[in-house]
Amino acid sequence: MAALEVENLVTEFDTANGVLRAVDGVSFTLAPGQITGLVGESGSGKTVTGFSLLGLVDAPGRIVSGSIRLGGTELVGRPETELRRRRGAEIAMIFQDPIATLNPLLAIGAQMRMALEAHRSVSRREANARCIEVLDQVGIPEPRARLGSYPHELSGGMRQRVAIAIALLHGPAVIVADEPTTALDVSIQAQILHRMRMLADETGSAVLWISHDLATVSGLASRLLVMYAGRIVEFGNTAEVLRDPRHPYTRGLIDSLPGTVAAGEPLRQIPGGAPSLSALPPGCAFAPRCPHADVDCAKPVELHERGERGWRCIHPLGPERSDPFA
Amino acid sequence: MSGYVLQRLLQAALVMVAMSAIVFVGVYAIGNPVDIVIPPEATQEIRAATIARLGLDLPLWQQYLIFVRNLFDGDLGRSFIYNEPVLSLIAGRLPATLELVLLSVLSATVFGIALGVYAGYRPDSVLAKAIMAVSVLGFSVPTFWIGLILILTFAVNLGWLPAGGRGQTVDLLGVAWSFPTLDGLRHLVLPAVNLALFKFAMMIRLARAGTREVMLGDTIKFARAAGIRESTILRRHLLKLISIPIITVFGLELGSTLAFAVVTETIFSWPGVGKLIIDSIAVLDRPVMVAYLLLTTLLFVVINLTVDLLFALIDPRIRARGAA
Amino acid sequence: MSAPVSPLARFWAEFRRSPVAVAALLVVVVTSLLAIFAPWVAPQDPYDLTTLSLLDARREPGFVGSGGYAHLLGTDPQGRDLLSAILYGMRISLQIGLAAGTVALFLGTTIGILAAYARGWVETVLMRIVDLQLSFPAILLALVLVALLGQGKAQLITALVAAQYAYFARTAYGAATAERRKDYVEAALATPLSGRRVAFFHLLPNCLPPLIVVATVQIANSISLEATLSFLGLGLPVTEPSLGMLISNGFPYMMSGRYWISVYPGIALIVLIVAINLVGDRVRDQFNPRLRR
Repeated sequence: MAALEVENLVTEFDTANGVLRAVDGVSFTLAPGQITGLVGESGSGKTVTGFSLLGLVDAPGRIVSGSIRLGGTELVGRPETELRRRRGAEIAMIFQDPIATLNPLLAIGAQMRMALEAHRSVSRREANARCIEVLDQVGIPEPRARLGSYPHELSGGMRQRVAIAIALLHGPAVIVADEPTTALDVSIQAQILHRMRMLADETGSAVLWISHDLATVSGLASRLLVMYAGRIVEFGNTAEVLRDPRHPYTRGLIDSLPGTVAAGEPLRQIPGGAPSLSALPPGCAFAPRCPHADVDCAKPVELHERGERGWRCIHPLGPERSDPFA
Repeated sequence: MSGYVLQRLLQAALVMVAMSAIVFVGVYAIGNPVDIVIPPEATQEIRAATIARLGLDLPLWQQYLIFVRNLFDGDLGRSFIYNEPVLSLIAGRLPATLELVLLSVLSATVFGIALGVYAGYRPDSVLAKAIMAVSVLGFSVPTFWIGLILILTFAVNLGWLPAGGRGQTVDLLGVAWSFPTLDGLRHLVLPAVNLALFKFAMMIRLARAGTREVMLGDTIKFARAAGIRESTILRRHLLKLISIPIITVFGLELGSTLAFAVVTETIFSWPGVGKLIIDSIAVLDRPVMVAYLLLTTLLFVVINLTVDLLFALIDPRIRARGAA
Repeated sequence: MSAPVSPLARFWAEFRRSPVAVAALLVVVVTSLLAIFAPWVAPQDPYDLTTLSLLDARREPGFVGSGGYAHLLGTDPQGRDLLSAILYGMRISLQIGLAAGTVALFLGTTIGILAAYARGWVETVLMRIVDLQLSFPAILLALVLVALLGQGKAQLITALVAAQYAYFARTAYGAATAERRKDYVEAALATPLSGRRVAFFHLLPNCLPPLIVVATVQIANSISLEATLSFLGLGLPVTEPSLGMLISNGFPYMMSGRYWISVYPGIALIVLIVAINLVGDRVRDQFNPRLRR
């Protein structure tokens, strides 16, 4: 059974510039123990998607329609008290910058116990034991001593491990990770990624890894979701998507990775910039930047699914088509 | 941590020494101190004799040193006007001022923070907007004016509360306090409210600003994502995070409240130190001025020291820096 | 792309969105105009003792006095038309508030920027003095200085400046220090000749937004402080009644029901101060990017 099923999720923001649709009919499934990458530029709606899953979209935003089923139970439309009970316990979130998410005035142990006691009533000793257990799981040395440490005494990588540990406290079925390694050094990134893979295998939690960095995600996730202007434009098995992208945007993302270009050659870019949500073109949102676009692309484009693969393009790339950006 | 404490104590001592010199020199150097003691038509002989008697013929730095030496004997000089030791003058009136100031500060802080946090937590509610409107008034309107309105409304028009003076006192630990008696409380209410209003408004604004900033931050979001109850989040995250800016201003404003007690005591004829100092300043009774200013400075230094120590207690980062 | 809008126009467009702030600004402008044109607008010159008659003293609003016109707001114990006295009083309040605020602004900013620029022991000494002064209540300092210096406009302004320059110094220092650390300032300092002047002209503009906010608050504070001092009898001399003095004159009569002598000048004072503070509030909120939702 799927750990999480999202169907046609729509999240909108009521702003002075009008109603912005940050998440426009997004659907995907997360399987236990599997790491799924959600990739997109800033403004693509990937972070809002993550928050929507936890019901943490702040006003003036709200989930308008769609379904989010956690372990079979529908979450959309549930009262806040019920959502709060599931947050942290069944579905957890890791944020980007742990220096901002951890309270600098409280010790690590105190903050972990707070998260633990939110869903369970335990004695101080039991709480500490569990905290030490997860700290160990994320690879923090001397976990008992660390309980009394303060956030500023730890390095960035350690702080992020603590954040991950907090997410693991209740053994959630789903973990949403929003750019957790973006603020870290590359070498630490690699360690955290490796640790996440191990944890997903060990705990059987489904992980949704949100990132703008295709390079990091591709090494970690077994499945890939590519998002553009609030819609999923391509999805599938990571290796397949990278080897054989169908959507021109995905192709553009892959090509703009430094590794794909020979040394000394100019880096490739996708021309143009991310579209403003208040001024989206009818039909395919990527059309203004796409070299293949024609008049048919001005009509709304459906997601074309073929088994585990899918793309939202009426002129997909394939063996028949060469690289549009070459 | 002890290094931090020592460092702060040393600074405090230095400040006291510096301020004592500045205050003394400032007050005695400008104008002619002896003018208020002797009538203008006094003869040269009487003038010279008075100057010598008061030690005013000595060079200023010598006067200062004598003053400091006397300090250690507990002698703060003698008032030119009342011809009484300044220390007993001040000590006699201090309890009245203390109970007024303490009552004001405590109520202003407790209610101000409570209302301010609410206004920051639910900024779009009607109550929040009303709170902010009231705070602008309390913040802008001069204390003396509010005192006038309070007297006009509650004493003159409604006749509920007395227009001035201190109520019945009760002896506690050898000192006369008025708050334990009902009559004393009746007399305390208006001046205390008057004095508290400014600080109250400031606490509201501070608590609101701090709350808004913290609530928009990631710490709260992360705590919510962990499924922690709102009440727990407010209690353990919010209050701690806003305490640092609040304590800073609290310390500063405590001194300001003490200073403004001067105005309130004048309006309500409250027999405290404030009224004493206003009268002394008006007639340039310098020994009293110097003593009062020094005591105020001492109070400030102590307040600042306490605030710094409180910081170290609350924020582990400051403890770490201090120990380094 | 439309033509670029100047920062001032942008600021004004944003400012206009708050009806309260605009109303407050209007009040400030109107009172300023009234104050400037007081000699032409007021029915009586309250300083001209020849026009005063004790027969008119302490009369209620609407009373037609010996001058032949109705005293819209009543009269004070000296027989002065309260409306005129208030207009002239506002004039003085604004004069002093602006003068003290402006001088404190210049003095404080210079000290603050100097400290941030010079660094080293100059910075430490200057900022220690400023910090010391900041922790001392303004009113006490002003009281003592006024007592020692004597009464008069210049002395009062000096006392107010001494009590307030520290806020400007602190603000300017904070902004200038943050800016000074930036690379482009270091680069500018590294170039010879005009390097220093360039650096100075880079530090100053960045201090302006917070300084403007402090300035509005401090002008309101100056007015308030002057009124308090005058009320206590330590402000301006009796011949130039400011609003504070008018209020203090009327205080003894409050118990006997002649409230207008104190209340009307008081309302004028409050309106002025609150309006200035509201404008300052709005300006501060606009300059704070974090509160934009």
